[in-house]
Amino acid sequence: MSGFVGQSVPRTEGRAKVTGAARYVDDVTLPGMLHGVTVRSTFARGRIRDIRFADGVPWSEITVVTAKDVPAPNRLPLILDDQPVLADDVVNHPEEPVVLLAHPDKDLVEKARRLVSIEFDALPSVHSIDDALAGKTVVWGTDNVFKSFLVARGDVAAVFAGLPTIARSAAAGGDAHRIIAGEYETGAQEQLYIEPQGIIAQVTPDGGITVRGSLQCPYYVHTALVKLFGTAPHKVRVVQMETGGGFGGKEEYPSLIAAHAALLARKSGRPVKLIYDRAEDMAATTKRHPSRTRHRTVVDREGRLVAMDIEFLLDGGAYCTLSPVVLSRGTIHASGPYFCPNVRVRAKAVATNTPPHGAFRGFGAPQSLFALERHMDVVAKAVGLSPEEFRRRNFIQQGQTSAVGQVMREAPNMDRLLSRALELSDYQAKVAKFAAVDPSQSVKKGMGFATFMHGAGFTGSGEDHLASVVEVEATPDGRVRVLAASTEIGQGTNTIFTQIAADALGIDLGDIEIIQPDTGVVPNSGPTVASRTCMVVGHLVEKACGEIRRALISGGLLAEQHTRDEFRRACRQHFDEQGPLRGSSRYEPPPGIHWDDETYQGDAYGAYAWAVYVAEVSVDTITGETKVDDFVALQEVGRVIHPVLAGGQIEGGVAQAIGYALYEHVVWRDGRMANAQMTNYIMPTSMDLPPIRVYFEEQPYAHGPGGAKGIGELPMDGVAPAIANAIEAAVGVPMNSIPITPELLLDAIQRAEGSADPRDEEVARV
Amino acid sequence: MSEVPAVTVRLTVNGREAEVRVHPMRRLLDVLRTELHLTGTKEGCGEGECGACSVLVNGELVNSCLTPVLQADGADVTTIEGIAGGPDVLHAVQQAFITHGGAQCGICTPGMVLASVTLLERTAHPNDEQIRAGLAGNLCRCTGYMRIFEAVRQAATSHTAAGAGKTK
Amino acid sequence: MLAAAPGKWRPFAGGTDLMVQLESGALPEGQYLGLWKLGELRGVRETSAGVEIGALTTYSEILASDLLGREYPLLGQAARETGGVATQNRGTIGGNIANASPAADTPPALLVYDAELELISVRGTRRVPYDAFHRGYKKMDLAPDELIARVRLPKRAPGWREHYRKVGTRKAQAISKVCLAAALVMDATGGAVVDVRIALGSVAPTVVRARQAEAAIRGQPLDAAAVEAAVHALAQDIAPIDDIRSTARYRLSVAGRLLRDWLRRV
Repeated sequence: MSGFVGQSVPRTEGRAKVTGAARYVDDVTLPGMLHGVTVRSTFARGRIRDIRFADGVPWSEITVVTAKDVPAPNRLPLILDDQPVLADDVVNHPEEPVVLLAHPDKDLVEKARRLVSIEFDALPSVHSIDDALAGKTVVWGTDNVFKSFLVARGDVAAVFAGLPTIARSAAAGGDAHRIIAGEYETGAQEQLYIEPQGIIAQVTPDGGITVRGSLQCPYYVHTALVKLFGTAPHKVRVVQMETGGGFGGKEEYPSLIAAHAALLARKSGRPVKLIYDRAEDMAATTKRHPSRTRHRTVVDREGRLVAMDIEFLLDGGAYCTLSPVVLSRGTIHASGPYFCPNVRVRAKAVATNTPPHGAFRGFGAPQSLFALERHMDVVAKAVGLSPEEFRRRNFIQQGQTSAVGQVMREAPNMDRLLSRALELSDYQAKVAKFAAVDPSQSVKKGMGFATFMHGAGFTGSGEDHLASVVEVEATPDGRVRVLAASTEIGQGTNTIFTQIAADALGIDLGDIEIIQPDTGVVPNSGPTVASRTCMVVGHLVEKACGEIRRALISGGLLAEQHTRDEFRRACRQHFDEQGPLRGSSRYEPPPGIHWDDETYQGDAYGAYAWAVYVAEVSVDTITGETKVDDFVALQEVGRVIHPVLAGGQIEGGVAQAIGYALYEHVVWRDGRMANAQMTNYIMPTSMDLPPIRVYFEEQPYAHGPGGAKGIGELPMDGVAPAIANAIEAAVGVPMNSIPITPELLLDAIQRAEGSADPRDEEVARV
Repeated sequence: MSEVPAVTVRLTVNGREAEVRVHPMRRLLDVLRTELHLTGTKEGCGEGECGACSVLVNGELVNSCLTPVLQADGADVTTIEGIAGGPDVLHAVQQAFITHGGAQCGICTPGMVLASVTLLERTAHPNDEQIRAGLAGNLCRCTGYMRIFEAVRQAATSHTAAGAGKTK
Repeated sequence: MLAAAPGKWRPFAGGTDLMVQLESGALPEGQYLGLWKLGELRGVRETSAGVEIGALTTYSEILASDLLGREYPLLGQAARETGGVATQNRGTIGGNIANASPAADTPPALLVYDAELELISVRGTRRVPYDAFHRGYKKMDLAPDELIARVRLPKRAPGWREHYRKVGTRKAQAISKVCLAAALVMDATGGAVVDVRIALGSVAPTVVRARQAEAAIRGQPLDAAAVEAAVHALAQDIAPIDDIRSTARYRLSVAGRLLRDWLRRV
């Protein structure tokens, strides 16, 4: 048997990318193609009075599309179907699409864009989570709340009610419980894929629509277009092209661009290419949901968690999009890798007048885990335990249940992971060393860590509802074609599917062909999100290939142990005698998995990856700048399919999360992103990142291919809290809001200094 | 743009003579991608920040989105399409990127490869600091840069070993 | 050409600033006069009076100059902090000056070195001390028919202790939030400051010489009291604002802290 799984085989997509041959959507030109642009609102909320088209371009040559051209009910199909495809009467956020234009000359249509003005009567708008909850101005539904969740385990209220009694008994020498509260905030984050969003749409002679573009989920786009235009499903075709990064930003948003491009294509009768320019992409498309989390935690005298009362709030922007699902994942991860008998999570996603927030790698978990892991350090300090000792006393163990009632069937082994991570990062020695440094040094160093997990696949019954399918076909000459809707967006989907398939069939890598995701050709394997591609879809690839192999074996054409040549001959024989050889596999939940959508209880995820991340930082107290000097990322992932690709996922995720923690500040002005340029929205360069040291452990998951669990989002969860904890260790100031910009940190340092120098106060006052 | 008359610009691209008639301020990036059909050079930002549009002009790395084509008149331009030694002969840098995972989504890769090639031409064995500085103008969102650095280190070794830097 | 139609033609060198402004629509479409090929405006030359740098000299060329590296190292430090390699290959010192952003990286170094600009037009040649060149935000002592031809740096006496620190939004490819360039020379016994230059970027509508801060230590022994007096005086020399990258409060604090840190260690 070959055994490609576990090796860093050459990447199937590699050559095209390093030679410039890979074709992304903007590299393609179709005959007669028009360039499309979007005219957007400049205001946060208002009623449209008039749309003016100033002189300066030949308007008769330009295709113009407004809300009137959108089939009723002018709503983009997603979850609640509340988002207009084009604003009709009311605009609810800056950059909301109002008019679409198309023309063969790209420069001309750009000029035309600037000549369209939207006149409006302003309406009151909401720009904070608190304002949304206060409800004085209602901008969505009846109460500005997209979705709420309540997770209730044990009886948190009773614990808090009983505390005065416990305190009295403590005075009498009994158990003393402590309440520790904290509030934590995370800002919006822009995905900042280096390839901007783009779609090409064309109408087909049969009245259908074909869409090509930069996207993660061809079937999401397909479903949206079918519903929007009422076109028969087989007449709508969505093809994923080479995609230059997604990170969730190309999960749901491309459906809107596809709808726009399709509208222009239908009206003009020509193919339309709609590519966003960078400033537009940054300002108008989805970002990570900003969050605010409040913790109230009760621990006993031994530092064991007794109760966790958590309020988890997300700012969803102007329309619902995926907020309920982001909220769901954030809620389930809110109590982390710990056991606590009483947990209450009250979660809400609210509406504000900002462009809708959406999917971004991690999807709610980076937000709630930042709060949790910062808070755990705060709690540890309050009860006089070291951060690691506190964690050890509270890690969830095999056989215990999580806050939503999921029994840990496999051992999380967090205690052992923690020990190993601290060893790999030389944590104890460095803590001692940094403590001994001359306090007059202006650069102060600190160590910090986070312990966490990330559930792979769709939450609860999500995978059931997706009912993903993979098909495989053997050709007469023994090559096998894999048909799946999973997209390659940089993470190496095609390569790992090739490895899995080759191993499952006992043939060579070169015998496998991964078919381009095209809804006209591949079945719906679900979206490329939620860390599911390897674990869920890869498993379907494994099983579908197994079906072909078994068919040949049970047909007497192939022996259990066979060579590649024997396989090829068997395929030829099957084709000659029986015709095409196909296999397929549909998702089945692993046995014994149960989730209740009503009570929000049960097995939330099929598998969790478990991790401990450790950060070493230097804080320059003169400028408030933080540098990460070293970063250790240790995770247990079931099985590493391809070490280089897996390592690359973690490194890339850690880098992106360092941006989230320290640099990527979205400046909001009246609901609009004011720093929508790569000059002013700061992602890390090659000079800003530490060595990122990645280590894996493997505890095979029975229902993943080769034992693999999902890892794509995991790295986003543990970096920011590890860094924030390290900063507190370095300079003694708690930083509970990210990004931890130098402005915020210096302010905190100066306040802690007393700003010892009175002249600094004078200087600041001037 | 339409009031200014078009000019004829002659340049050598990947060793081949090219002639275009365009507005003098048309970006070199657009001339390469549209008039010359070389779509390997990418537009990531249009503001000279991301480096996806990097090309070599007279041997120097520049952001082609900030270069008016008139300023490339008479120049020798190298794009990603001109880096490989031939149809089956990758540059050491390209091969190293494949082997070491230096490319994930690939959109930054053309610019990153060019920046790496020019770095190695100037400094045959760059240290870590020099590699980071040499690539500081090329943003990558996928890799975290670690494996790009490894690829450059590897290419530095095989680059000198192979002399001309072209490997199979 | 500039003389024939003043204001019509905008000089264009490497394009690293102008192209960005053009793309974002911040510049009216106009006519650009390409200077890139004017070889006589490029290059670093040693003279008896010091050094001459052609306005079209790029940052890469500045970095490659051994002469500048030896005699005027702050200029190379500034050049190294400006953009990545691609920007350094095309950005020019003349462009950096003429774009007149208060956040530009080379101007503070130029002020420390008492730079002088040579401006040319059909009417002749004019020399302007660089510290008088910027008159206000984007207002320069530069007529519409003039070009910056050269930057002259006078020879320097030995013994200057120099310093340059840019605090940007990240370690590379960053616009400065605060930039300090400074130098001082002590007397023979090391007892008092003979002369000092303190210049800052990003803390006023133009690059500034912090003359009050300088006055607080010029001729003084460099003790704790003098250091604090300089830091205190600095507040009078600068007028930072809140903008998209940072805050007035941060800039004020950091400017003072950078100065204090340098003076304590110099």
